[in-house]
Amino acid sequence: MSSDLRDLYQEVVVDHSRRPRNFRKLEHADRTVTGRNPLCGDQLTLYVKLKDQVIEDIAFEGSGCAISKASASLMTSILKGKTKAEAEELFRQFHSLITEGPDGSVKREQLGKLAALGGVSEFPARVKCASLAWHTLHSALEGKQEAVSTE
Amino acid sequence: MRAKLEALPSPPAHLDPERARADFPILRQKVHGRPLVYLDNAATSQKPSSVIDAISNFYATTNANVHRGVHALSERATEQFELAREKVRAFINAPRVEEVVFVRGATEAINLIAQTFGRSRVRPGDEIVVSALEHHSNIVPWQLLCESTGAVLRVAPINDDGELVVGEFEAMLGPKTRLVALAHVSNALGTINPVRQLVAAAHSHGVPVVLDGAQAIPHLKVDVKALDCDFYVFSGHKMFGPMGIGALFGKAELLESMPPYQGGGDMILSVTFEKTIYNRVPYKFEAGTPDVGGAIGLGSAIDYLTGLGMEQIAAYEHDLLGYATAAIAAVPGVRLVGTARQKAGVISFLLGDIHPHDIGTILDQEGIAIRTGHHCAQPVMQRFGIDATARASLAFYNTREDIDRLVAGLERVKEIFQ
Repeated sequence: MSSDLRDLYQEVVVDHSRRPRNFRKLEHADRTVTGRNPLCGDQLTLYVKLKDQVIEDIAFEGSGCAISKASASLMTSILKGKTKAEAEELFRQFHSLITEGPDGSVKREQLGKLAALGGVSEFPARVKCASLAWHTLHSALEGKQEAVSTE
Repeated sequence: MRAKLEALPSPPAHLDPERARADFPILRQKVHGRPLVYLDNAATSQKPSSVIDAISNFYATTNANVHRGVHALSERATEQFELAREKVRAFINAPRVEEVVFVRGATEAINLIAQTFGRSRVRPGDEIVVSALEHHSNIVPWQLLCESTGAVLRVAPINDDGELVVGEFEAMLGPKTRLVALAHVSNALGTINPVRQLVAAAHSHGVPVVLDGAQAIPHLKVDVKALDCDFYVFSGHKMFGPMGIGALFGKAELLESMPPYQGGGDMILSVTFEKTIYNRVPYKFEAGTPDVGGAIGLGSAIDYLTGLGMEQIAAYEHDLLGYATAAIAAVPGVRLVGTARQKAGVISFLLGDIHPHDIGTILDQEGIAIRTGHHCAQPVMQRFGIDATARASLAFYNTREDIDRLVAGLERVKEIFQ
């Protein structure tokens, strides 16, 4: 197996894709937004419960590839208890990671387990898979209710 | 100007894939360090050197606008352009050369029919019948037509094998039906529709039929006279010709009765601000400078296919499809999607609960190109309750070794997701 492939499908990624965390509908969510990747047909619905500026709970449902599922699972795991501003900053860091790779301007220590998706940077066609959950989150935090598209 | 075809020598009795492969320079490369295995032919096919040279030679020696100039280059370009039209006519056995309209591809051809034939004949409450097998390009143009005319789109169902349910299709035909539009071969599943029978059924109700031949023409001998279809459309790039060129066959009396599609140069006889007189067919539908180099490239692809023999291609691919279907189905965890008795060129499948995009990425690292996703046929996916499939699609330059590489690649996929 190529080392790029091993970097892409790290154990953490395969594990989160197989057994996604927070994979459920959140009753009484404050924000519900559906994100779609029209070329792939991937879609996920993100539920966010906010208290003041803090993400109190977050969950998702939907279907997609291992990368998009693992990304949503890892994202929801890391965001509980974070403020909206912290979440947006993580998105910024995460986006650099998956587009520029680990040698870019990313502060890896802030990313924690999200760093497992760093291998995506070697697969430009899969960047939109990894970022779908985050674009959907961004829309949810901005208070938008309409669907998000990565195209 | 009436172009005449030179007789080509008859093709060898059997297709030799290794010899054919040697004609395709792109297949000689490595991808991610492995020799390329190209199994995405239903998305687009590769081009033989003869096609690449024909296009290059046109621009190097002949380039000029057609149907206009009195100078030598323009006359030569026109002659070659019209010769390409005659090659298309002969290839599909159309009765008359003016029944061949050059278009950008099958998609444009279907839009042309919907916007001209459709708009001039379809009234509120009329019905257009398609099948559940169609590519988006044979759905959306009809939806647009229905929206603008108040007509209704009806969809003939398919069974669990991905075959059109002929009885239900026939039951949909009636006095309200204005048009039937069907894939000859399904791009997502490979099903070959019994189009001769379906055309006859529609004609018994006086309903004209459009056949989308984009996936049939690289694999099967197409004879529009024998099929008796009213329109037949296809793209050059799926039959080893260039992108951006395709053809629409239409029966002359229908083409003549249809209003023009786009306005512009070449489609007129005379223009005044009071009245414009349209050109005769096929030029009435070819506004603006056409893709002359593309048409010449398509003509060259037809020469190439004729040299191999469509019967020989079909026989070779039938054998390879059988081998590939058995080999892929034998991989534990594989579920085939689309198991019609009559198929051409396509194996769509799922592998356990592994998403097709992950299969595609991993195979790519092994140098194997397949298509993953909904194949621009989301209603087909919905029919099977899935979002996507992995699709290996064949051409005559594929070999059993390519299939063995694919099967080994699928084992790699399973290792990663164990």
